[in-house]
This record gives sequence, C-alpha cells and structure tokens, in this order.
Amino acid sequence: MHRRCKKYKQVENMKHFAYQAEEHRQKENQAAIRIQSWFRACRVRACLIHLRKKAVIIQKIWRGFRARARFRQMIYRLCYDRFFVRKYIHNFYVRKRYLEGISRKNEFIRRELDELAVLQKRERDCLQMVEEQTAKFYQAHRLHYLLSTKLNGQWVFNSPFRPAPHEMEQLLRQVKYQAPTRLTHRGRACLLGRPEPPAPSFSGSLGAPLVETTRICSFSRPLLPPIANKQKQVST
Amino acid sequence: MSQLRPLMLDVVPGIRQTAALALGNLADLSDFMAEAMVKEDILPPLVHFLTEENRFHKKAAAFVLRAVSKHSPELSQAVVASGGVDALVLCLDEFDPGVREATAWALCNIAQHNTSLSQSVVDAGAVPLLVLCLVEPEIALKRIAASTLSNICKHTPELAQIAVDCGAIAHLAQMILDPDAKLKRQVFSALSQISKHSVSLAEMVVEAEVFPAAMATLRDPDQVVRKNVTALMRELVKHTPELAQLIVNCGGVAEVIDFLGKCRGSPRLPGIMMLGYVAAHSEVLAMAVIISKGVSQLAQVLCEETEHHIRAAAAWSIGQIGHHTPEHANAVATANVLPKLLELYMDASSSEDLQDKSKKALKSILQKLTYLPGLEPFLSNAPSNILKHVLHAFSKVLPNDSQARRLFVTSGGLKKVQEMNAEPGSLLQEHINAINSCFPEEIVRYYSPGYSEALLEKLENYQPS
Repeated sequence: MHRRCKKYKQVENMKHFAYQAEEHRQKENQAAIRIQSWFRACRVRACLIHLRKKAVIIQKIWRGFRARARFRQMIYRLCYDRFFVRKYIHNFYVRKRYLEGISRKNEFIRRELDELAVLQKRERDCLQMVEEQTAKFYQAHRLHYLLSTKLNGQWVFNSPFRPAPHEMEQLLRQVKYQAPTRLTHRGRACLLGRPEPPAPSFSGSLGAPLVETTRICSFSRPLLPPIANKQKQVST
Repeated sequence: MSQLRPLMLDVVPGIRQTAALALGNLADLSDFMAEAMVKEDILPPLVHFLTEENRFHKKAAAFVLRAVSKHSPELSQAVVASGGVDALVLCLDEFDPGVREATAWALCNIAQHNTSLSQSVVDAGAVPLLVLCLVEPEIALKRIAASTLSNICKHTPELAQIAVDCGAIAHLAQMILDPDAKLKRQVFSALSQISKHSVSLAEMVVEAEVFPAAMATLRDPDQVVRKNVTALMRELVKHTPELAQLIVNCGGVAEVIDFLGKCRGSPRLPGIMMLGYVAAHSEVLAMAVIISKGVSQLAQVLCEETEHHIRAAAAWSIGQIGHHTPEHANAVATANVLPKLLELYMDASSSEDLQDKSKKALKSILQKLTYLPGLEPFLSNAPSNILKHVLHAFSKVLPNDSQARRLFVTSGGLKKVQEMNAEPGSLLQEHINAINSCFPEEIVRYYSPGYSEALLEKLENYQPS
C-alpha cells in the first residue's frame, strides 16, 4: 500500500504536471515559434545584408569603370577636335608652305618682268634708232648740194683740218640725187616718213620696201610739162 | 561773241564752220568764256549743226560742245537741256572716225561731272555705240571711247552694269597689251571704275583674264599707266579675301612694292591703299605683304612723302598689317615705324585725318606688340592716351621674360615709369602697379623719385651705436 500510495502520488504529481504543462503548452509553443522565427529572420537578414554589401561593391566598381571610360572618351574627343582644328583648319605647315610659295612666286615674277622690261626697252631703242636714221637720210637728201666734189675738195663736211670726212659727207655721197617733185602738203609728209635708197653701211632696217614706196611716192604726182611747151602753144 | 553768233548762221558753210571752230577755241580757254557763250544762247545753232550733212560741221560743233561742257556741271546741264546729247549720240553712228571721236569726246566731258548727267548720256543710248567704237582700228577713237566709258561707269553700279551688259569688258581686256601708252591709261582706268562698285562686277573683270596679263604692264615706261594698273588692282582687292588672294598668288604684291619704290608723289597712293586692303582681309595675306618687304617700303613712304593724304594712307596700311598677331606687330616694330607714327600723331601741323589714322594704327599695333626695344622711346614723350597702351604692352610682357626685365631696368625704363604721375585708380596707374609688381621692392624704391632725399634723411637721423 505504501508503494501504491507512492505510485498514486506519483501519478497524481504527473497528472498535475501534465495539466500545468498542458496549460503552458500553448504559450510555450507560441514563444518557441516566435523565437525560432526571429532567429530565422536574423539569419536571413544577415544573409541579405551580406549580399547587399557585396552587390554595392560590385556596382561601385562597375560604375567607376564606366565613368572612367566615358571620361577617357570625352578627353579623346576633345583632343580630336583640337587635333582636327590644328591639322585641317589652322594648319601651320600649310600656311608656312603657302608663304614660302608666295615669296618664290614673287621672285619669279620679278625676274620675268625684268627680262620683259629689258626686251621692251631694246625694241623701243631699236625703233628710235630707225627713226633717227631715217631722219638723217632725209636731211642728207635735202642738203645734197653740200656734197664736196673733186673741184672744191674742201667743203662743208670735208674740211682739211679733219683727219677723215664727216659722216654727213659719207651720207651725202651715198644719197642718190632725185629731181625735186612738186611737193604738196601730203607729198611732203610722205617723203618725211619714207626717205632714200638704202645705204650699204646701215643694215637691214632700211631695206627694199622703203625704196619702192619712195619711188611710188615721188612718181605718183605727174610732173608738170616744162614751160617751153606752153610758150610754144601760146605763140601758135 | 555777239559778232560770232550771227556768223554761225551765215549762208556760206565755210564761214559757219570757221565761226564754230573759233567759238570752240574760245570756250576751251576759260570757263568764263564758256558761260558767256551759253548765256548768248549759241547752243541751239550748234545742235542744228550736228544734224547737218557736212562732217566738218559736225566735228566743229562737237568740238565746241566738248569745250563748253568740260568746265562745270551747270554748263553740261545746259548742253543736255538744249538737246545736245541726243544729237551727239546720233552722230556717234556716223561713218567718219573723226566725227565719232569728236562726239565721243564731247560725251566724255558731259558725263564726267555727276550721276544725272551720265544717266542722261546713257538714256540717249550712247553705250552700245561707244562699245562699237572700241573695236575700231583708229587708236584715237579707241582712246576716247575708253575714257568716255570710264567717265560713265565711275558714278554708280547701275551705270557700270549697263556698260558691262553691252560687252565692254571683253573689248577692254583685249586692249590691255596694246603698245600705245595713252590707250592703256584709259583702258585701265575704265576697268578700275567698273570693278570698284561691287563684287560681281569685280569678278567679271577678273574672269576676263585681265590678271596675270596686266602684271607685265606694271613695267611700262609710262607712269600713268602703272598708276592706273595699281588703281585697278586696288579696286579688285578691296572686295573679298578670295580676290585678294588671287592677286597675291599672281605675285601682284611684290610688283606693287617695287613700283612704290620707284615712283614719287601722288602715283603712290593707289599702291599704298592696295597693300592696306590686302592686309586687312586676313593674317595670312598680311604676312604675305610682310615677307614681300612691304613694311620697309611703307616706312620709307612715310619718311619721304610730305603730302598728308599719302601719309595718312600709309599709316592706315601699316595699322592694317600690324594689328593681327604679335608676329605681325613685331615685324612692324622692327622696321622702326612706330616712332615715325608717334611723330606724325604729335605733330600739330598734321591734318586731322592723318592724326586720327596714325593714332588708330599705333593703338592697334600696341595691343599686340611683344618686341619691347621698339617701345623705349615712347616712354619719354608719348601723350597719356598712347602711354597707357605702351604700359599695357609692357605689363603683359615683363612678368614672363626675365631678359626683358633686365633690359627694362638697365635702359632706364623703370626710372621713367616711376617718374610718371597718374591718378590713382586710373588705367595708367593699374598698369604702373602691374609693372612695379614684376620687380623686387628695393629696385622700385631705388628708382622712385626722391629716394636720395629719403636716404639722406635716414642718414641724419641715424645714431651710430
């Protein structure tokens, strides 16, 4: 009986404990759930925070990379603009070459025009000389009577005090005397421009054409009949 | 006069003609006579002469009209009012070249005065007939036709356009290399009057291949021809940079500079202005002028010439050359031009125009100058408005160049700067401060006026210990 009483007390105790435990079962269950959920949440949070930190690092590195790439490209573009302007728009070497070309061209033009001026001057001098010669010949033609002869060995242009005769003397000897034509104003002008037969000592410029024109000029005016004929007519 | 007039209405044609010739000679002599003649109302009979058959009458009448109209616009207006222009243009159609020459000369004298007279000549239909005269073989007729076209075209662009529309440019361009000097004078003057008005006209003249053929005429013995060629080049160059570059590429600048060296006096003016226009367009062209030794030639012109307008043009051209970059300004300064410009500016006897132009040239060159030895003489005798530019130039260069600083001190420039009085706060004072800040303080104090007195005072107050 003692043992049964002990066992009955034990069962009674256990029932009491079970009943109390039954009361607290709900609460403790809830508490356990809460604790476990909180703990799980902590673990997940820790995991997420870890992930986020690593993601930030990755994104940081990536953005830095992109920004540096963009910066480099901008610098390159600016450099290219500057390069383009310097090479094509304000090209220093082209300008230098252009200025050198200008100075070479200037020298060239100066030389060419100097030569041209010399040529032109020579032509003008030649023309002037021709005119002078023609004027001299005309003078010689007009002053033919100043020619010295064997009789009057010394005459105007053939003085004994000279070592050799004057050049006019030479001209006068070369000029062939022509009978004076009846010169009107026009004829005189004609003769002025075109004098005498050529002298052998003066080359080229007074050539055959001049002789012909002279002849044409002097023979174009018909000579008047001599006075004797007219008197004869009058008398008859 | 009152006796000659009835003779003009005489029966015998010879008397009429001689009377007209006498009147023409009288009118040629002085404008007083011409006015008296017009008052005596001789113009209607003369116009009647022009419509007569006889070509000697026409020549005589045209001679009188030319002599009358050359003196003043009012007389020309009287000629136009009496119907002279229409009659003259009818005579231009004649066969005889002498008559045409006389009528063209009369039209030339009428058209030279002002725009309305030229307009009346053009309205009468003279221009096509004049262009036909240009192709005739007689040189005198060509000369007169060219000079008439030149007088017509010089007034307005519209008149020049009418002449161009009749094909004048082609004929004028053919006559450029003619050996006759007077003809070349008129041809080049006509071309320059046409091309001066607008870009399109200038381009048309260039398209007629006038250049580089006209370069050869720059060595012509006749000075007026050379002057007219440089006038043509000036009119072409002043429109656009492309035209200026064309002339420079043909070597025109070198030739003009040679021409400036050889002649004296007023023929130099077109050449000087041409260099100024070329340099004004761009700095490359200005550099081209500099390397063709343009600046030294212009400096010589400034020294030799006494006429104010030529000197003013030379000062303007130098300003145009020097104002682009420091390189250009230094090239101008090394040619010793700046003291001469300053002298012209300060000279009381220079005309206003000359003073104005030399001041502007000085200012624009001083903005860009870095060659300092050229500026030393300015410190002593420049007026304050130039001085502030000089000091500005100094204050830009001195901070960077130690050699220049040394030169500045040893040549006495710092001393002069210290002696200058300037109102505090003015631009001059700012520049002086900027210059002073380039040097150590002891040197500045050493050169400031009154330093020796300060030292002596210090000596008096000093107690040896």
